[in-house]
Order: sequence, then C-alpha cells, then structure tokens
Amino acid sequence: MASNFSIKHQPGFTAIAATCFVVLYLPIIVLVAYAFNAASSTSEWGGFSLRWFQSAYQNTQVIDATLRSFQIGAIAAVLSTIFATMAALATTRTAPYPGLTFKYAAINQPLMVPEIVTGVALLIFFSRIKIFTGYSGLGYLIAAHTAFCIPFAYLPIRARLENMDLTLERAAADLYATPWKTFRRITLPLLWPGILAGLMLAFVISLDDVVITEFVKSGGQDTLPTYMLGQIRRGVTPEINAISTAFLLLSVAIVTLFFFVSRKRD
Amino acid sequence: MASAEEVAKAAERRDVRDRWLLSAPALLVILLAATGPLLIVLVYSFLTPGAYGDVKWQFSPDAWISVFMERDIFDDTLSVAVAHVTIFWRSIKLAVVTTLATLALGFPTAYFMATRSEKTRDLWLFLITIPFWTNLLIRTFAVLQIIRNEGIINTILLKLGIISAPIQILYTDTAILIGMAYVYLPLMVLPIYASMEKLDFRLVEAGYDLYATRFKVLRKIIFPLVKPGVIAGSILVFIPALGAYVTPVVLGGGKNMMLSNLIELQFGQGRNWPLGSALSITVMVIVMLALLAYVRNAGRSGVRHG
Amino acid sequence: MNWKTMATAMGLALLASTGLARAEGVLNIYNWGNYTSPDVIKKFEDKYKIKVSITDYDSNDTALAKVRQGGTGFDIAVPSQTYVPIWIKEGLLLETDPGKMENFKNVAPEWANPEFDPGRKYSVPWAWGTIGVVVNTDAYKGPADTWGIVFNTPDELKGKVNVVPEMNDVIFAAIKYVGGQQCTDDKAVLKKVRDLLVAAKPNWIAMEYNTIEKMGAGDFKATSDWNGSALRQRLANAAIHYNYPKEGFGLWSDNVVVLKEAKNVENAKLFQNFIMDPENAAGLSAFHRYANAITGSDKYMPADMKDAPEVVIPADAKPKGEFQKMCAPETQELYTKIWTELQK
Repeated sequence: MASNFSIKHQPGFTAIAATCFVVLYLPIIVLVAYAFNAASSTSEWGGFSLRWFQSAYQNTQVIDATLRSFQIGAIAAVLSTIFATMAALATTRTAPYPGLTFKYAAINQPLMVPEIVTGVALLIFFSRIKIFTGYSGLGYLIAAHTAFCIPFAYLPIRARLENMDLTLERAAADLYATPWKTFRRITLPLLWPGILAGLMLAFVISLDDVVITEFVKSGGQDTLPTYMLGQIRRGVTPEINAISTAFLLLSVAIVTLFFFVSRKRD
Repeated sequence: MASAEEVAKAAERRDVRDRWLLSAPALLVILLAATGPLLIVLVYSFLTPGAYGDVKWQFSPDAWISVFMERDIFDDTLSVAVAHVTIFWRSIKLAVVTTLATLALGFPTAYFMATRSEKTRDLWLFLITIPFWTNLLIRTFAVLQIIRNEGIINTILLKLGIISAPIQILYTDTAILIGMAYVYLPLMVLPIYASMEKLDFRLVEAGYDLYATRFKVLRKIIFPLVKPGVIAGSILVFIPALGAYVTPVVLGGGKNMMLSNLIELQFGQGRNWPLGSALSITVMVIVMLALLAYVRNAGRSGVRHG
Repeated sequence: MNWKTMATAMGLALLASTGLARAEGVLNIYNWGNYTSPDVIKKFEDKYKIKVSITDYDSNDTALAKVRQGGTGFDIAVPSQTYVPIWIKEGLLLETDPGKMENFKNVAPEWANPEFDPGRKYSVPWAWGTIGVVVNTDAYKGPADTWGIVFNTPDELKGKVNVVPEMNDVIFAAIKYVGGQQCTDDKAVLKKVRDLLVAAKPNWIAMEYNTIEKMGAGDFKATSDWNGSALRQRLANAAIHYNYPKEGFGLWSDNVVVLKEAKNVENAKLFQNFIMDPENAAGLSAFHRYANAITGSDKYMPADMKDAPEVVIPADAKPKGEFQKMCAPETQELYTKIWTELQK
C-alpha cells in the first residue's frame, strides 16, 4: 500500500495494449475518412463530400448485400455459439471417454481446410440437394457459415471451461438444484465471457467469409464480401467505404446504447 | 457392494450418453456442411481431370504424384516438385511469424483487458471487436491505404524528414505479414482474454509474497494458467493464416503464390481439380500433424508448470 | 452486457435485415461484378414489370463450375467467348435463338455469326474489347506499342510495371512476343515463353487486378490491361495511354446466354432482345466502358467514348488483333505448369 505496487501491473503491457488499440483503429479511421472523399478513387483525397453515402444509398445491390451479410452473420453466430457451448460442456471436465478424441478432431476439422476446398466440396454437395429439393434459399449459406463458425466459437468457450472447476456445480447439485438450474445459475454466468468471446469471433468470421460464400450462394444471394470480390477487377468505389462506415456507426451506436442501458440497470 | 458399482457404472454410461447428445448438434452441422462433403474432395483426388474443369470418373494416381514430383515439361525428367515445396514453405513461414506477432501483441492486450474493472471489461471487449465488424476485404484495403507509398506512414516519415523516398512496404512479404497480423489479431486476443478473465490474482499475490519478480510471476504463474487460451488463440491464427487467400493477393501483389492461391489455381484457370484436391488433403494432413505436435507439447509443459 | 441485451441487439440486427418483397416477374442475372448498368436494369424493370436481381462472379471458371453443378437459380449468365463453346458443349445453355429476335437486326455484321456461336443460336453480344499495354507517359516517353514494356521492361519502368494475372492472357501475350501462335504446344516456343516470363518477373511490382486505382494514383506506371479499364485510367489522368502491341494483341467478348435450368425463360429472352436495342446497348457501354456490338448505338454513346482511342481500334493496329481461343486441355496443363513456376 505504501508504494503504488499493483499486483496486476506488468511493465510495458499497458503501452503494448494502447499501441494495439491505436493500430486496430488507424485503418478504420482511414476507412471512415475516405467515405467522405469527393474523389472517385479510394486513394486520393478530393475534399469533403457526402456523395458516396448518397450513391450507396441508391445502390440497392450493395445495401442488400450488406444486410444479407449481417443477417447470415447474426444467425450463424448465434447457432454456432449455442452448438459450440453444448459441445464444449460435453467435451471438457471429464475423464477421457470413448469418442472424446474423435469429437475434438471433428469439431476442429472445419478449421483445417483451406476455404477454397470446403467451397468446392459444398458446391458439389449442395447443388445436388438444391436440384433434388428445389429449395435454394439462404439456408445453405447459414448452414455452411454455422459449420465453419463452430470451431471458432468452441475454442474460447472450451478454454474458459477448462479453467473452471466443478466445485460450485457439485455444491449446487448437492443442494438438489436441477441440472438445468445449475447450468442457468452457476455454469452460464461463469462461462459468459467465454461465450461472448465465442459469439463475437463467430460473427466476425462469418462477416469475413468470401470464398465459401462465393461457391455456395444462389441467385440474389451476394454478401458484401462476394459483392466486393466481384468489384475488385473493375475498381472498388468509395461506396464500399460509405456503406461500411454507416454500418460501423450503426453498430457502435447500438452497442453503446445497450452498454449504457445495461450499466444503469446494474 | 456390487450394486453400488453397477449404479456407478450406469451413471457413467448415462453421463457419456448425455455428452454425446450435447455434442450432437455441432457434430451434425459440421458433418453435413463441412466434413462430409470433403469426402468428395478425397475421391476427386484419385480421378482424372475433366477437359474444362471438374473430373472424369476414371481412376488416376497422377494428381498425387504431381503433388510431390514434377515432370519437367521440357526435358521430361522427373524431380521433386520444387515449386510446390517453395510455396508450402513460404506459407508455413508466414503463418508462424504471423502467429508469433499476434501473440506478442495480443497477450499484453488481453491481459490489459482482463485487469480492468469488471464493469468496463465488456466495453473493452467490444472495443476490440468493433473494427472487425467490417469485413476482411475492407480491412485489408484499409491497411493498404496506410502502408502504400502515398499512405500515411510514408507521408509522415517524409514530412518529418526521416526518409527521403517512400519505403516500399506494399507488395512485399512484410506487407502480407502486417496485413495478416492485423486481420487475425482478435482471433488471438479473444481466446486469451476468455481464459485470462478468470485468472485468480491471489495466486499472483502469493507469487509476489514469495519475492518473485514481475517477469517470473508472468512466466511461472500467469502464463501457465492461461495456457489453454494461448493454445486456442495460436490455433485460430495459425490455420487461417496458412490458408489466407485475400491478404496475399491484395497486399502481396500476387507475385508469389501462397497455398490457397496454388489450390485456387487448380480449381480455376488451371482446371486440374484432382491436383487441387490432392494439394488440399496434403495441407490438411500437415495442419493436423502440426496441431497434434503442438497440443501434445503445450499440454505436457502445461502439466509440468501447473 | 448480459444475454438479454445481447439477444435484443441480435434481434434488432435481424429485424433490420429482413429481405425485400418480391415482384411478380423476376429475372436472375449472374454477371461479372460492377459490369451491369443500374440505369439500363431500371429501364428494363419498368418496361416489363420484372424485378431483376444481379449476382456477381469474378472469374469465368467460377461461373462455369457453379452453373455446371446446377441448382443455382440463375436465368442468365455472361461468359467470355472462349468459354461459350464449353457452355454449349456441356449442355448448360438453352437454345433461345437470338438470331431470330426482333432486335437482332441491330447486331453489327462482324458479330452476327461468330465462330464461338455459329448463327447466334444461344448468345447475344454484351461487350467486347482488347487487351493491351497501358503506360503513364510522364514516366516513360519511348515507344510503348509493344509487349516489351512488360516482358523486356525499359529501365525507366523497372519495378513499376504491373501484370494483370489472367493466366491465359499473359501466356497469350508472351507467346506473341516470342513470335509464336496462340495455344501453341510447341516446346521450343514454350521454353522461350517460360524463360522470358521468369526473367521479366523481377521487374514487375505486382500481379493484380486493381489497376484503375493504382495507375491513377501512381503506384503503377505501366500495366497490361483491358481497354475499358485503360479508358477509366486516362479519364483520371490524361498522361495515361493505351497501346496496341505490334506483336499482336488479344480480342475478347462477353456474351449473354440463357441457362438450361432457367426458371424465367421468357423474361430472360426479353432481356436478350432488350439489350440489342441501340439505346440500351449504349447505356450498358456508358457504364462498363467497353464497346458493344450494336450498330446505331454510336449516337447514344457518351461523348468521352465516341472517339476514344481505347474503344476505337486505329486502322493500323486492327490487323494485329486476334480473337482469343480456348486452348486444348493438354496445352492448358503446360501453361499451368509454367504459371506455377512463375509464381512460386
């Protein structure tokens, strides 16, 4: 107490973290700045203008693609996080049992394949189903995204679980709490940071995906990345910056709002 | 006594059954929309390329031979596939360096986040993910704006008179490295944060009581405790980095292929799907072996420390 | 932030992203990205009360692979002429017989009966162009009507040349430069090609598609490129010139076809006919910046395209242009090997 000795302090860590945040946000600032660029290239500054917001607003293709990205991302992230949490509960804090190694391998498998390979494999497989059932909706993209998001959601949740011992849960069980109640009241709150990290990762990974989506998508199912991929050959316009900026601001606004609302309630 | 044993056995059986049920949805989705279809790729690797893409249903080991060996198109000699080895090696090297770079940046950042007050931690978590609510292509283009010759870094350095001509960062392996470290950073930070957030600082305190230095506390107490997170993060960065497709093309200038580009070439303009399939399986095997070795190694040393 | 607020946030995101209502008639177009004029589409939608949806692809091979597997839900695609025969041969196309359509009379005679689709049984011209060399004359003033800019780079341009990484286009140019025939499998010629490419590569700064921006901003001082892309670059920077290599340059065209599995065949046919109208064809050109094959479209063309040197091939260069063909699979395999060696 006499000196300011903090047990949590590690020399240089705060500086590195600060650098990290600056580095993370620098490109985003540039991205946002160029959204207000009057020039039609993403590389030279032509003065302040809102023209790209206007033109993005009128470009239904890019707006649809952006919304679709968020839609698929949100659904796939939630589904994969739920499945990953269940799988993590089933594969941690236990003595080895038959099939455990198989489960590890199976769950992590989507990670180990370059995207292009999964893309081609899914193209062949889903096409058969599309022809057979006549259904060619967003379900395929959601299924594919959920599948490759599971390992991303699973790893942080599992890492968190491995650091949790069973004492509290055993105590709850001793007090005749039902397994569900124990899960809701004890396990879930303790596991929450892991789940949140998993959910975020899954969402981000789904938003990023280009190659698998490119191969799986049917008519009218462009996401923002596949739309951009199609544009690269012929020049990307600052419309992309504008639409990204709009959605960044929107998500930041929503997140901030909920953050303050939930803090006030606490 | 025997009945008690039976009860215990039954409970264990039930436990295993429950665990299978719990993992069933994840396994099912992966089987249907990821692993199962890969069997097609395995089968394709043993077929003959179709004339204009796809395959002919005719057995051929050629794809597998040409993964490792190449027949010189001019003097017809058979030798080790130097081009493939070079591309594999470059990809592995870049993926390893990217993993180390993100670990060096990500570990302190996760530590910083985990040591904030409980209420602000979620805020930091969101702060670190928000840049990633834009997709990978956009982020890569944003990095390009910063490191290009007319970009911010070069402009500032020029204005300050530190350099007299722009440094060519774009279109080098360094550019790929910077780009990959940037886009994959949250994949490292989040898992480490998730396991660090639970860190029991009484153990750290105990360490200081025993006159350990800060570095020793970090190395002997904190690091072993968050090891599962570090392992998870490393895996999440290493594998996507190994299969990176967009970043090398946009920032590396596409002059030198990476694994994904090589595989894509076979499925695209090269029209050799069997070779593409065989190369993919080779990558999968390498990744699995690396993963096994890594997890074994890390697991063992974890036990020693813990 | 707890799970309830998270769920609400997710719910809001979902709510914001619910799809748009579908109109009665629909048409699903599968086309290269950033290639379809929104104005022309709007006009088509208004005229026929059809809702058009556009989905992008970025390479002929991806498009072919997807359509061949089937179940895509697309009605129309726009493959390049090298690929059209494959699409026909593989039975992917519907014989809509555009040659008998009302607006077919507008198709320029030299485009009415092409080798890749004799009698225009399947396809309607969308755009055509050339592949040449673009040079920023501020950086290099010498003669630039040669592939030598790329393959034997003059000192002023060393380390500033980009090559658009279309394997077949690059090999085509290299074969022309060493004096061979396109699609050659002559080992002596290919050895020269390989050595030429490997020796040239250290002088290149990059091999990428994003030339419009990079040439405009000055990252590149020269590049191999498509003519429409060169036009856009010149409009951004007057010092940029497009050149027709004297060793021979490639001609290409993209063509609108209707898929056999199309669900909206009548709408697709309407579209094929619609874009052969001169005014509409000019509208498409105004957006994608390439020439169309429709006579009478000139008077609707934007002023900056009418006499543009990128669009109108000069008389002396014309005989050097050559339609690119699809090479035999065995030849393609040789090219892939050379390409892999180049990019290893």
